[in-house]
Amino acid sequence: MSEQPATQSDLPRTKPRYSATFTPEVNSEIRRAAATGIYDIRGAGAKRKLPHFDDLLFLGASMSRYPLEGYRERCDTDVVLGDRHASKPLHLDIPITIAGMSFGSLSGQAKESLGRGASAAGTSTTTGDGGMTDEEREHSDKLVYQYLPSRYGMNPDDLRRAEAIEVVVGQGAKPGGGGMLLGQKISERVAGMRTLPAGIDQRSACRHPDWTGPDDLEIKILELREITGWEKPIYVKVGGARPYFDTTLAIKAGADVVVLDGMQGGTAATQDVFIEHVGQPTLACIRPAVRALQDLGVHRKVQLILSGGIRSGADVAKAMALGADAVSIGTAALIAIGDNDPRWEEDYQALGTTADAYDDWHEGNDPAGITTQDPELASRLDPVEGGRRLRNFLKVMTLEAQTIARACGKNHLRNLEPEDLCALTIEAAAMAKVPLAGTDWIPGLNPDGW
Amino acid sequence: MPTLDLQAHGLRSVNAVLQTAAADSVADGDYEIVNPLGSHAIAVGLNGPLSVTVKGSTGYYCAGMNKEADITVEGSVGPGVAENMMSGSVTVTGNASQYAGATAHGGLLDIKGNASSRCGISMKGIDIVVHGNIGHMSAFMAQAGRLVVLGDAGDALGDSLYEARIYVRGTVASLGADCVEKEMRPEHIEELTELLKRADADADPAEFTRYGSARSLYHFDVDNAGAY
Ligand SMILES: Cc1cc2nc3c(=O)[nH]c(=O)nc-3n(C[C@H](O)[C@H](O)[C@H](O)COP(=O)(O)O)c2cc1C
Repeated sequence: MSEQPATQSDLPRTKPRYSATFTPEVNSEIRRAAATGIYDIRGAGAKRKLPHFDDLLFLGASMSRYPLEGYRERCDTDVVLGDRHASKPLHLDIPITIAGMSFGSLSGQAKESLGRGASAAGTSTTTGDGGMTDEEREHSDKLVYQYLPSRYGMNPDDLRRAEAIEVVVGQGAKPGGGGMLLGQKISERVAGMRTLPAGIDQRSACRHPDWTGPDDLEIKILELREITGWEKPIYVKVGGARPYFDTTLAIKAGADVVVLDGMQGGTAATQDVFIEHVGQPTLACIRPAVRALQDLGVHRKVQLILSGGIRSGADVAKAMALGADAVSIGTAALIAIGDNDPRWEEDYQALGTTADAYDDWHEGNDPAGITTQDPELASRLDPVEGGRRLRNFLKVMTLEAQTIARACGKNHLRNLEPEDLCALTIEAAAMAKVPLAGTDWIPGLNPDGW
Repeated sequence: MPTLDLQAHGLRSVNAVLQTAAADSVADGDYEIVNPLGSHAIAVGLNGPLSVTVKGSTGYYCAGMNKEADITVEGSVGPGVAENMMSGSVTVTGNASQYAGATAHGGLLDIKGNASSRCGISMKGIDIVVHGNIGHMSAFMAQAGRLVVLGDAGDALGDSLYEARIYVRGTVASLGADCVEKEMRPEHIEELTELLKRADADADPAEFTRYGSARSLYHFDVDNAGAY
């Protein structure tokens, strides 16, 4: 019998193979760019996988250290911020603060929720690029007033009614970039507060208009102190770029508190290329900053607030063990009050996305009523309920951090130390300067111990 | 007239006296500051009607965030004079360094000499009158208010301008992105006449050219990406 030639369909075929370089995601972005001629703008922080606190573990106590009793022995959580020069430093019950997020990027209801939740948990909240609203002031026991390059809505009366002033040099999501708020969110009220025409695409300046370097900043801080009678702590917020030098120069310029925001830090609206490709991971920022504080002899005297991807009490405990005095949360707080909640899945689908992936915060169509200026959407968020949820979340984070601290034998969160940690990866060990698990190896350690 | 000697009393105590007098409206006359010695942050954060004369030149941020007070500097000022002023007036008999009137929301800044670069940067409603020339990048991102220049303007005037209006009598080295020459209509002559009068400037409004925003950068557009 003669063999029949195999038909085309019988031949074994190579499975369709996606490129690791040209992934479907990459290709879709090329197509989107080709169709629109404009870069992708979005909210939230870096989405790529980065070395993070998940790559660290606490060792706990056993023979060489003894733990504290979970429910019977105290583990304190309070922190004082800004007692270097200010006559009225901030006393917080917990070392977790709410980061600066503008009214404009967030709805009035969202800002009120943040104020209510923070106040109920005994901590501070922060204004943002766009000024202070009365609602926010009213519902925040302790309010930090941001002093940004745009100076939108900046005025001496709000400066005096704040508990602290935060000079924003940069943000982790975009070190070197200015704020952005697209036309859809520039309502009449937002425009009025910013002295801008309603509906325009607003791009804030990336540099301050009246000072350029740390020598000038020192004089600027002097001016702010003179205006407010040397009462208020002055924070300086920097994005995670060159944390050793940025922290050193912020201290030299007179900061009472340094706020350091790593590249996972959220944003309301920034170019995706900026979010994903500029800055250093939060984990990589903290040790150089702590070293700067120690080199200048001011660790624990000038406080360090760390932010960028803080999600849980474990993250809080790890940040503090590595030398931070407190942390700050943005994205996690928004999720706590209802951002990206699956209950709005139908609406997310209609926007071409899905719950937990929605990041078009700049467009103002947030189904959860948080990153929007649309009154109807915003009314979906009940600020009392939002505040209650945030308070609960902050309490849980605190309890989690205390659980870990007690297990490490610490009667205050601030007593956590690098010796309580080990790392799961070589990268994390090198960045956090703690040994790789099961070894006493800290990659890249210099002879001076850093 | 109470006289405060900055050298003898120090900055904090001089500012505290002025701030209290301004806020409580208990001023017992006009205040005079002697020996300013180019110090920074003199007479900042005054929050009420008060007259202050500084006898000599100052450093950075003189009269910063002023509200309602009338402050005169008999000399020249360093960077950021009257930055973020809300209302009131600041008069400088000499020259001003960079960022004069930066981000200010209101009031009148009257500079009898020249102003350096970035005069009126990000201004938000202030009126600035410069009797001499202004440096480069002036009125950068200026949002609202009026900038009047009796002399010449440097490069990149009004770059990325929003709704502020600029009047220049002399030459303009170059205009910044989105800043264009505009027609002087009767209402502009009128407001300029009034501004010149407030600043005691002897100049004919008809000799000025008006500049403003072309508003082409108000919305993201791939075709104007080259302008950034
Ligand atoms: C919606 C939103 C708006 C923000 N607005 C500001 C702002 O106005 N000024 C600022 O300094 N940072 C702003 N940020 C950054 C936060 O202050 C903070 O650095 C960041 O959210 C911390 O990282 P996390 O989101 O991972 O917690 C914003 C962040 C978000 C999510």
